[in-house]
Amino acid sequence: MNHQDRGHGVPPRDVEAGLRELGRRPAPDTLLPGVLRQLGLGFWYAPAESSLGTVLVAHGPAGVVAVRRGTDGAEFEAWFREHRGGAVHPAAALPEALATAVAAGLRGDGRGVDVDLGGLTEFQRDVLGATRTIPRGEVRTYGWVAREIGRPGAVRAVGTALGHNPIPLLIPCHRVVQGDWRLGQYSGGGPEAKRRVLAAEGVDAADLEALARSRVRFHGSDTTRIFCVPTCRAARRIRDDHRVAFGSEREARSAGYRPCRLCRPAAAA
Amino acid sequence: MSPRGRPAPSLLERLAADLDGAFEEVVTEHQQALFAFIAAQCGDPGRAEETVQDAFVRAHRALGGYPAERIRALALRPWLFRIALNALRSSLRGRHLQLVLVETPPEGVDPAAGPEVEALRAAERERLLGALASIPEAQRAAVLLRYAHDLSYPRIAEVQGRPVGTVKSDIHRGLEALRRRMGAEVEA
Repeated sequence: MNHQDRGHGVPPRDVEAGLRELGRRPAPDTLLPGVLRQLGLGFWYAPAESSLGTVLVAHGPAGVVAVRRGTDGAEFEAWFREHRGGAVHPAAALPEALATAVAAGLRGDGRGVDVDLGGLTEFQRDVLGATRTIPRGEVRTYGWVAREIGRPGAVRAVGTALGHNPIPLLIPCHRVVQGDWRLGQYSGGGPEAKRRVLAAEGVDAADLEALARSRVRFHGSDTTRIFCVPTCRAARRIRDDHRVAFGSEREARSAGYRPCRLCRPAAAA
Repeated sequence: MSPRGRPAPSLLERLAADLDGAFEEVVTEHQQALFAFIAAQCGDPGRAEETVQDAFVRAHRALGGYPAERIRALALRPWLFRIALNALRSSLRGRHLQLVLVETPPEGVDPAAGPEVEALRAAERERLLGALASIPEAQRAAVLLRYAHDLSYPRIAEVQGRPVGTVKSDIHRGLEALRRRMGAEVEA
């Protein structure tokens, strides 16, 4: 039944108005992702599991661009637009090869993950590059990173750069701590999160606190006469009866010890 | 505007400098118009989506071979319309244009004015798509580019690769035919 009520029914509409309306038909949501897939372009994100729970991992043609805790896609897309610029699209899963590398990375070995640090300064890229060399289960200091990149005076700037690490966990900024071995800040969710990630890698924050309280900076072995950062895999093998504690590089050197070549606790003399 | 107060580089500038980086924006900015055009031109939204995706892939390939100067000087929208029209032609090659029309008679609609008007409009839209399907392909495209997408006669001539005079008379004839089909009053 179709009775047209002239009062407030359908206004008579001409062909031109009808054509204008056809011109405004919205494109389906699947159109853009389809184009990007065919061209291998665009940024995509999918969830992955980490020691901090579910994270969303975003990647582009050149590798991983962002990691963020949480599961809220809309929130992630808004954050991405603000921090990286542009859009990121939901994907069912990461591409297979990348997924394998990311899973290993989230278990603590991120060396096999291609990362895309476009949009960062050269200094930030240097800081993150040096941070990637710190092995799972070991920690270094902000000062160590500054020295590694040839900017020993830039300790605070290193802290700032790590605070803006767009790819936490895969670029292990949680393995960089204060000069006295206390945990310090963590952009991935504060000190408690840092403690949890390190615990999952076998680093006990309580041990680090104890070092800080007793003012120990380095451990040496009186058989090899080499000194290390305390979490260095070589230092962890020193038997207790051969372990020597040092409060500074000067103290270690004047006792006739040289820096370890693995953990590079100080510049080679 | 960039922080310094200089105008931000235009999309064409950015496209010339970084094709892959800027291309997503081309799709975001033009997909609606291209989809609406091709969907009305072929009457099949599924085919239209595939065709427009194909058009963007072709556009990306073409831009990859253009020098920066040429990209900066592009009139992007008409250029994309032209590519989309060609993509539709290759999609339909060897097939007769089959218009799939879903009749949606406004039955059992909510007596409230909103949904009723909406249903009647949808029916009206289907009638117009049916009328479009009854006029020749070139006329249909010209009429859509003029009245649905607001392109000038010279631009439409550019998109279709035909003389402006032909385009004008086609649009005139096409619109007349549509009005007749739709039973609207033909204006003097």
